[in-house]
Amino acid sequence: MFESKSGILFVAGIGFFVFAFLSNGLLPMVMYKDLPEKTAEEVVNDRLVRLFRDLQDRWPQPFAAAFGDLPLPQEVPLEATPQQREQITQANAALEARVRAKAAEVLRLGRQVYIGEGCWHCHSQYVRPVSNESRRFGPVSRTEEYQNELQRPVLFGTRRVGPDLSREGGRRSNDWHAVHFFQPTLVSQGSPMPRYPWLFDGAPDKPNRRGLALITYVQWLGSWLPSFPYYEELEEVRGED
Amino acid sequence: MNTSKQDGPLSVPHAALVDEWLVRWYFYVALAYLVLSMLGGLLMAFQLLLANPLDGIEWFSPGRWRMVHTNAVAYGFLANAFLGALHWAVPRLTLHPVGSRALSYFIFGAWQLIVLATAGGLIFGPSLQDQPWVMHLAQRWRLPMSLGAQALEWGETPFWIDPLALVGLVLVGWNFMVPIARSPAPLYVTLWYFMAMFVWTPLTVAMGNLLPEYVVAGTSAGAIGGLFIHDLVGLFVTPLGWGLMYYFVPIMLKKPIWSHGLSLVGFWGLAFFYPLQGIHHFLYTPIPMFLQYGAVVSTIAVELVVATVVINFFGTLWGRGRTFFDNLPIRWFYTGMVYYFITCFQCALQVTLTFQKLIHFSDWVVGHAHLVMFGVFSMWLFGVMTYLFPRLLHRPWYSQRLCEWHFWLSAAGVFIMFLDLALAGMFQGYYWASLQPWQASVDGSQGFWQVRAVAGLMMFGGVLCMIYNLLMTVRGVPAQPEGSIPSVAALGSG
Repeated sequence: MFESKSGILFVAGIGFFVFAFLSNGLLPMVMYKDLPEKTAEEVVNDRLVRLFRDLQDRWPQPFAAAFGDLPLPQEVPLEATPQQREQITQANAALEARVRAKAAEVLRLGRQVYIGEGCWHCHSQYVRPVSNESRRFGPVSRTEEYQNELQRPVLFGTRRVGPDLSREGGRRSNDWHAVHFFQPTLVSQGSPMPRYPWLFDGAPDKPNRRGLALITYVQWLGSWLPSFPYYEELEEVRGED
Repeated sequence: MNTSKQDGPLSVPHAALVDEWLVRWYFYVALAYLVLSMLGGLLMAFQLLLANPLDGIEWFSPGRWRMVHTNAVAYGFLANAFLGALHWAVPRLTLHPVGSRALSYFIFGAWQLIVLATAGGLIFGPSLQDQPWVMHLAQRWRLPMSLGAQALEWGETPFWIDPLALVGLVLVGWNFMVPIARSPAPLYVTLWYFMAMFVWTPLTVAMGNLLPEYVVAGTSAGAIGGLFIHDLVGLFVTPLGWGLMYYFVPIMLKKPIWSHGLSLVGFWGLAFFYPLQGIHHFLYTPIPMFLQYGAVVSTIAVELVVATVVINFFGTLWGRGRTFFDNLPIRWFYTGMVYYFITCFQCALQVTLTFQKLIHFSDWVVGHAHLVMFGVFSMWLFGVMTYLFPRLLHRPWYSQRLCEWHFWLSAAGVFIMFLDLALAGMFQGYYWASLQPWQASVDGSQGFWQVRAVAGLMMFGGVLCMIYNLLMTVRGVPAQPEGSIPSVAALGSG
């Protein structure tokens, strides 16, 4: 067997590979089979919608050019009859559903920009239970957080030139992110992060479709946690920004 | 065992076995991709020093070129150089030509298209990502992936290339399995490694590129991603590298491998333990802890196996130590083996949870990766090329001195880079754990990054020496009258 063609092909080649796949690949799949995988629509939450609408408020024209206008909910007049009240509430719910669907679409695009630009090669997306990471970044990562479409393939990351981003959402304003993507050193002195002027039409207050989508995606990270937004408790951790 | 691995006359004429044009061209394009990849690496190195000359230009974005860097090395340089070496070694070892010469040429062309399309996709894909027609197609076909990279290290190849690469790998396997199947058993060690690799590589590529993208998300996809990253090194690059060592070292030392038993231990140990380790890339993630422990244990186990292989090769060198100085390819090979032992020893340490606390996510890992990919496998391939080019071109090297420069710049450069980044990684780990502001870890790394850039330039300079030397050799410029450097003069003119 040890030097025969069939031994090498079937035992070493296929056999050992399949054994490793079953024990290291299929086993976790089976273990987590009852954790349903969420779609992008299902992971959109109120916090994200608020930050998403904030993009429109800050930059109405670039936002409209990229994604169209987000409808605003109708106010319920005080003198409305219960019937009218019901109607307006239903219409508002339908509007809200449209906004959420839009946010999901933008999240997908934002994740693709995040991947295509290689962000995940310098920023991880998991907080380890060691080395004081939970004090710096926030709660330790849990499996449920990754069971969604936007983690296909999972964005754990392998290197941190910059900090972990899995609890980044809501920590900083949309403005901050826009300026940071346009030219990181403007808000983060000495940062070796490249600038991304192609996500803008010439100025940091004119993000284009990809730029807006990337900001949306980054603001989504960690928005599902009760601790959102997580601010570092320690003065010295927070640094100057 | 086969006698053909002796350098003597073959019972089948060499011309009927080896297509020298193909071997040469595989090596040429491999070197071209190596230059491309190293330029990407230098771009990233200068970006970290805040001295990127191409700052703010979309098509030279360091983020995108970071992926071109790793993919061009794996699929452009290593794969092409290995294919060239396989086209030399397998027919000469089995005394049968490859399955189909036409198929060989087809694979050569198709593989270059795949590599170029990957580079093109990585560089231009993200720019097209938000075009309405792209978004429409993605929605219509429910494609979850981006037009550019896929988010898996070394699996960044755009999604539409994956199936083509897979078909290519199966064809490669068939083409070389034909001569192996025709040669009588028992097979020589080299062919064990090659045969297993022809099975492992397509399986690995299919697993890594298809499952985390189409079948499963989240933590379990992370486990599969870890298997993929690791298997690509362990089940694609490593068996090819060791297979070539088992082939070329006895030829050059003119004596058989020291211990057949240790060869067996080495192969079967690697085959069993290597595929079990992938999850060690993601320790302390939400992947179940018992699987993480398993990966750690099997990683340490494979380092013991590696020790037996290295001992076997140094046993072979025993009594012929002088060749380390007198024969340049042997020096490439054995320097690579020393580096291999160092990386593997490093691996046995860094894979433990204790080390992981400190060095995970840091430059330590980057140094490790460079020592493996450049210090070991690229250096072995440089040795193979140094040995084969005089035979492929039927003339001696243009400059023996440049051959030596290539070796010393590469060997010194990569080792400096390794030491520097290992140290940088420990500093970064302590900066992070001490809860200083993030910027402290970046500022503290600058000195290390400067040394790294210099080391990278040394490695690049070495490769440029080789390419210039090769260019002059190909053009038939008469060899430099520089006295005889025995290590290169020993190679003769084929």
